[in-house]
Amino acid sequence: MDELILEVNNLKTYFFLASGVAKAVDGVSFQLHKGETLGVVGESGSGKSVMSKCVIRLLEKVGRIVEGEIKFDGQDVLSFSEKELMAYRGQDVSMIFQDPMTSLDPVFRIGDQMMENLRIHRGLEKAEAKKVAIEALRSVGIPNPEARFEAYPFELSGGMCQRVIIAMALCCNARVVVADEPTTALDVTVQAQVLRLLKKLQKETGMALMLITHNLGVVWDMCDRVMVMYAGKIVETAAVKDLYANPLHPYTWGLLDSMPSLSSQRKTALKTIAGTPPDLRLTGTCCNFYNRCPYARPICTEQVPELVELEPGHLVACHRQCKSETLKRGEDGGNG
Amino acid sequence: MANQEILLQIKDLSKSFKVGSRKLGVPAQQLHALSHVDLEVYRGETLGIIGESGCGKSTLGRCIVGLHTPTSGELMFEGSPLSFSGPQGKGLRRKIQMIFQDPYSSLDPRKTCGKIVEEPMVIHKTVEDRAQREERVRELMGVVGLDAQHVHRFPHEFSGGQRQRINIARALSLSPDLLVCDEPVSALDVSIQAQVLNLFGKLQKEFGLTYVFISHDLSVIRHISDRIAIMYLGQVVELCGAEGIYDSPLHPYTQALLSAIPPASPFEKKKAIELSGDIPSPIGDQVGCPLASRCPHCTDRCRRECPQLTEQTDGHQVACFLYDKERAR
Repeated sequence: MDELILEVNNLKTYFFLASGVAKAVDGVSFQLHKGETLGVVGESGSGKSVMSKCVIRLLEKVGRIVEGEIKFDGQDVLSFSEKELMAYRGQDVSMIFQDPMTSLDPVFRIGDQMMENLRIHRGLEKAEAKKVAIEALRSVGIPNPEARFEAYPFELSGGMCQRVIIAMALCCNARVVVADEPTTALDVTVQAQVLRLLKKLQKETGMALMLITHNLGVVWDMCDRVMVMYAGKIVETAAVKDLYANPLHPYTWGLLDSMPSLSSQRKTALKTIAGTPPDLRLTGTCCNFYNRCPYARPICTEQVPELVELEPGHLVACHRQCKSETLKRGEDGGNG
Repeated sequence: MANQEILLQIKDLSKSFKVGSRKLGVPAQQLHALSHVDLEVYRGETLGIIGESGCGKSTLGRCIVGLHTPTSGELMFEGSPLSFSGPQGKGLRRKIQMIFQDPYSSLDPRKTCGKIVEEPMVIHKTVEDRAQREERVRELMGVVGLDAQHVHRFPHEFSGGQRQRINIARALSLSPDLLVCDEPVSALDVSIQAQVLNLFGKLQKEFGLTYVFISHDLSVIRHISDRIAIMYLGQVVELCGAEGIYDSPLHPYTQALLSAIPPASPFEKKKAIELSGDIPSPIGDQVGCPLASRCPHCTDRCRRECPQLTEQTDGHQVACFLYDKERAR
């Protein structure tokens, strides 16, 4: 848990659209250590997927990294040439995408897709690549891998496809795996299988896992540390148990409250976060959450809150959570 | 619950689809989406239906609103057989409305919000006067929490949560008795999902609506339902009150399903009950209990016979031979 693998400093990714500049990721910094699982949670549009695509340098053309640095093992990822990127992607860092059915090529057999990966990145001969691929399929729990090797993606169920993608991501022994909502498209029972598999493989290989999700239950189950994102910024980051026991940011409270849980009273109104997320073209001049925050003060509309470390390892960006003031959850905001 | 009025009764409902064979000359096979479903929906309650994808829960919802014609079995609505044909059928359609899963594709992109909400009233001629209709549209938009000024906006100008509200307003425009909600919140973010769930609760209180609420999210279902039916491979395997299913699940499938839910806190450690293998194919003849191939308690009898839903304790029904009284003796 000590060896630093991935470091992102003050990453800013903007999308240059005809209607303005959308600040999809606006100053995000984090570190990822060996064997660690970092959870990233937030609503859709909070920039979690864009950030993950920046890490693996797969950003769409309209988006540009305008500032910041990404360091993998001390090397500057942003200065990599196309050729270096080829080696970086897949070999050092690999990615598991959200929708298993669409991230495999429908016209190629899964075996061929896996072998392509192995032959390019590990330079294996065909026969050997096949052996490794079948072994990888077996390790993710696909029954009868020799036969499945010849299957097309449409012949497999969603859970099986996701296993194939996990096998592909892992067969090059990547040291960092970025999983962008790996279980969102799957049923709960299959989700449980996939998560258990990821955990097991992580224990075996010591890879670092960045798990992007909007399901807090998955975070509780899997992660060591968690980062809460809102409108392109990190609003809170802490160890999982700290975040659960002592969340500090009003947005995190809202997120925790709005999940119906199995232990809560049935049929009672859930607490909600009023309003909608802000337009990303207009953020960056104040606290992005002020219009939905029940605790907002005039200062929140004037200054961008800094991410400050209140307790060791527990950082929060809120004007009302600093050394001089502590806001309590559920406290009367004073403005309804 | 027995003294409540039965609004909808589903009797031995089966629905199968023909699956074309890929080989020439080989006859088409049957896909059994629903087999022998018996359910009752009481007036004013929420019946939650839960199951994995492909278990037939959406097919059941679609059969109820008449989007699918059942292969066999009967649906009784307010004591009379449910049939959507003829002038009487049109009246019935008015009483049963549906809310679809995807708020993006279930609204006509070329119609304004006002027109979408108005359309059912035009078709069913419930409000003939145009000015009254517009008044009603504005009223409905207020009820579901949309800004009445947005009547002239098109669906693409709304967010996912707002679109789902338009969907709800459209379904409410005919003052239905029964709303079939097919995964209405699964496409929404958690914070928006909570808003829409609260809206469902509020509307039920206000208008005395009855919901058949289909979802794959166990915590959502538990939150909103009075009774819950668990489906597996086209059959209802367990039916009971919302509390009971979480406190004392009886069917092995329910137990596995519950153990698969991610924990509610990082301190909670769950005992994992894993079902091995995948869901068996619903194509072809179905013999025995649908769970037999994956069940840890499977016996010879499970492979031969299909268990029926039988009452265990008050209102708690389960279809499993483990709880068969005869065997216990």
